[in-house]
Amino acid sequence: MDASFFIAQFVSGLTAAMFLFIVASGLSLIFGVMRVLNFAHGSFYMLGAYMAWQITQGLMQMQGSFWIAVLGAGLSVGVLGAVIERLLLRHLYNRPEIYQLLFTYALVLILGDAAKLLWGTQQLSVSRPPGLEGSSEFLGATLVHYNLFIIAIGPVIATVFWLLLNRTGIGRMIRAAAHDREMLAALGADVGRLYMIMFMIGSFLAGLGGALVTPVRSIVPGMDVEIIVEAFIVVVIGGLGSFWGTFWGALIFGQVLAFGILVLPGFSIFAVFALMAVILVVRPWGLLGRPLTR
Amino acid sequence: MLEVRGLRKAFAGVRATDEVSLSVAPEQIVAIIGPNGAGKSTLFNLITGHLRPDAGQVLLRGRDITGIAPHRLCALGMGRSFQRTNIFAQLSVFENVQAALIAHHGRGRNLWTRADALYRDEVEELLRDVGLLDKAQAEGGTLSHGNQKQLELAIALSGRPDILLLDEPTAGMSSAETRASIALLARIAGERSLTLLFTEHDMQAVFSIAQRIGVLHQGRLIALGSPDEVRADAEVRRVYLGARH
Amino acid sequence: MSTPPACSPLARVPWSLLLFALALCVPWLGSRYYTFVATDIAILSLFAVSLNLLLGTTGLVSFGHAAYFGIGAYTCAILMKSGGVPFALAFAAAGITAGAFAALFGFFCVRSSKIYFAMLTLAFAQIVWAVCFKWNSVTGGEQGLSNVPYPDLSWVSLLPGLSDASPGERFYLLVLLLVAACLLVLQRVVRSPFGRILTAIRENPERAEFVGVDVRRYQLAAFTLAGAFAGLAGALFGLFNRGVFPDFAYWSKSAEVLIMVILGGTGHFWGPAVGAAALNLLNQQINAYTQYWPMVLGVVLVIIVFVFPAGIVGTLHAAWARLQERRRA
Repeated sequence: MDASFFIAQFVSGLTAAMFLFIVASGLSLIFGVMRVLNFAHGSFYMLGAYMAWQITQGLMQMQGSFWIAVLGAGLSVGVLGAVIERLLLRHLYNRPEIYQLLFTYALVLILGDAAKLLWGTQQLSVSRPPGLEGSSEFLGATLVHYNLFIIAIGPVIATVFWLLLNRTGIGRMIRAAAHDREMLAALGADVGRLYMIMFMIGSFLAGLGGALVTPVRSIVPGMDVEIIVEAFIVVVIGGLGSFWGTFWGALIFGQVLAFGILVLPGFSIFAVFALMAVILVVRPWGLLGRPLTR
Repeated sequence: MLEVRGLRKAFAGVRATDEVSLSVAPEQIVAIIGPNGAGKSTLFNLITGHLRPDAGQVLLRGRDITGIAPHRLCALGMGRSFQRTNIFAQLSVFENVQAALIAHHGRGRNLWTRADALYRDEVEELLRDVGLLDKAQAEGGTLSHGNQKQLELAIALSGRPDILLLDEPTAGMSSAETRASIALLARIAGERSLTLLFTEHDMQAVFSIAQRIGVLHQGRLIALGSPDEVRADAEVRRVYLGARH
Repeated sequence: MSTPPACSPLARVPWSLLLFALALCVPWLGSRYYTFVATDIAILSLFAVSLNLLLGTTGLVSFGHAAYFGIGAYTCAILMKSGGVPFALAFAAAGITAGAFAALFGFFCVRSSKIYFAMLTLAFAQIVWAVCFKWNSVTGGEQGLSNVPYPDLSWVSLLPGLSDASPGERFYLLVLLLVAACLLVLQRVVRSPFGRILTAIRENPERAEFVGVDVRRYQLAAFTLAGAFAGLAGALFGLFNRGVFPDFAYWSKSAEVLIMVILGGTGHFWGPAVGAAALNLLNQQINAYTQYWPMVLGVVLVIIVFVFPAGIVGTLHAAWARLQERRRA
């Protein structure tokens, strides 16, 4: 194995990690604040991908159609998330958690089939945007420009959201809610609106991730389940509710996927779940998370 | 009966319990009072093993029980009630007490016999004692606040404890309910030769039955003595400036 | 789990006996299809009721119950196919093996609470699935194990009136007897003092601790028992299916049994069995008309979560109780 191979695998792992991070961060955020484990998060990702395809179809060869599609997909999924939260999910907060979980699972079933109804079952894809279509050689390894872009944008998105969480008023409320939502409500904050915004942001991130992945992976039914399993693992490793934990968890997972498959090919699916189990037993709140207070 | 020596517990630098020492003689009724945040619940949690102290000891009849697992306390003769009513909400009143009795008698390992009428006599006796016999079939969660407290007492008593720790037993009650509740406590303590250690907010309740009173302030015990001694204590008056009594 | 108060007429109905008698009549309806469906429902009922020991009685939400179903299925199939072990022993071994794994995994699971508990059960179940999926030499890997031998059912023809029973009917009888026996045991467990402690733990683990209950030990015991019975159900299902496959342990199977339990109602012993029947029949009916069964299931789930959280049996029971009250008033 030479340098080019390592570089190729490393970059591939980073790319996968960034996609996962964008998606998993939404899941982690929603759980951190609302204590809801949203199984349908993967479905939002899938819808983002389909929406991106739909919009590019509509815009044809228009200038910048890809970026409009990506943003449009993210926003539409975000709005869908907000609607679901406001009309349905909100009524389940005071009930035992199992009902929330069953509801989000029901969403997975419904949205999954809805996608099949609307877009059929054949594979769809979106071509890379002009400007990022090419690739370069580096030390013998072929590096796709679009993937490099994704690797770059991951930390950018992370920083944007970190700033949002730590430097804005609403971010402060979000962090307070993660600690003690009852107290926050007692202080007069509109916790209901906060939850809706949180869910919207989380869904937006999922949709965005799905839209961004379309030039790299084909859009197929079943991509919702695939991503939610991976996002779960990332979030557990990094810590439910911890933003940077999700980032590092995604990085670790990306590399494990990239290199693990080569080291022990049959072992990777087993290893991944075993890792998840070990972490849940030894340190349930993940690498960077905090024990659940409420 | 119960002795606490130099208990200390700090949370993130804040001393919730600061070198608290006290002893409770058998069949004594001792009250711990103090303003909100004084650390009363923390002290109870330390005694009952819910929290591990940073330093200090808890001795029950001379035996070191510091940091012991809560479920072992019942067998050692200590019962406890909680500030926020803590009952088995969807079980009936009868089943609430029955479950406690089953646990106490160690019958939980029995997977075969029908539990419907198990310990019926004992349950009814306990319910009669606390005045809930007529509500035996009611679901625990549907009871009034006062009745739930009575049920809590029945549950705590089913372990046949020698000492009862009660965390704000009259919280949320009207003054009439408080008087009735305190009277019930005093009667039961007398009938069963119980030692009682309770925390309270309501001064009237405290001064009517407590034989010794301890005053907690910011985690420290600033006074410990008979009701008259405590009433006259200068520091206590300072701390309670404006408090009702 | 609540039982109707002893005074209500509902409690005096011998539901268990009634259901058993009803189930016995199925072969006499004449259709092989009905017998087939009834066998399926009977096995899944056991699976669902075993989960309810965790969910309804002890208040533990497990997302990975299918792991023990799968372990039981593989154990029985492997023993019978490769080891030539007679059914009776293989069946018992399935339950014991599944119970052993439940004890092992459960030990770690009960140390966590709520959401972490659920996720850990899921993680362990996926590990089981991954092992079944990859261990080609023992489990047949992705292809699973097919042509699992049928147990020796010649003894059924010796019973009065059953001399000309078809293999399907004989198997159904075997399944019915075994499932009935298992459910009887589970029912006794739920109604025992042990069961009473479990319900106390479900209601208030902290309080239970303070009346002297070692909560974790009881939860582990419940987890082990539930896993063992799920394993027995899995063994039967493997035979019924004539093949054992990795997806017996997949998370979608765990979700399926969870939905059965909720659909039927966690508050009553027979709720999950009703849920298993309802889900099975609904599945067949819907699949005949459309391929979008998942969407229909999702909608049904949403309706249950928002409108009928007590499930079929729970809702019916509540309606009956309200009717009684109105009649008394």
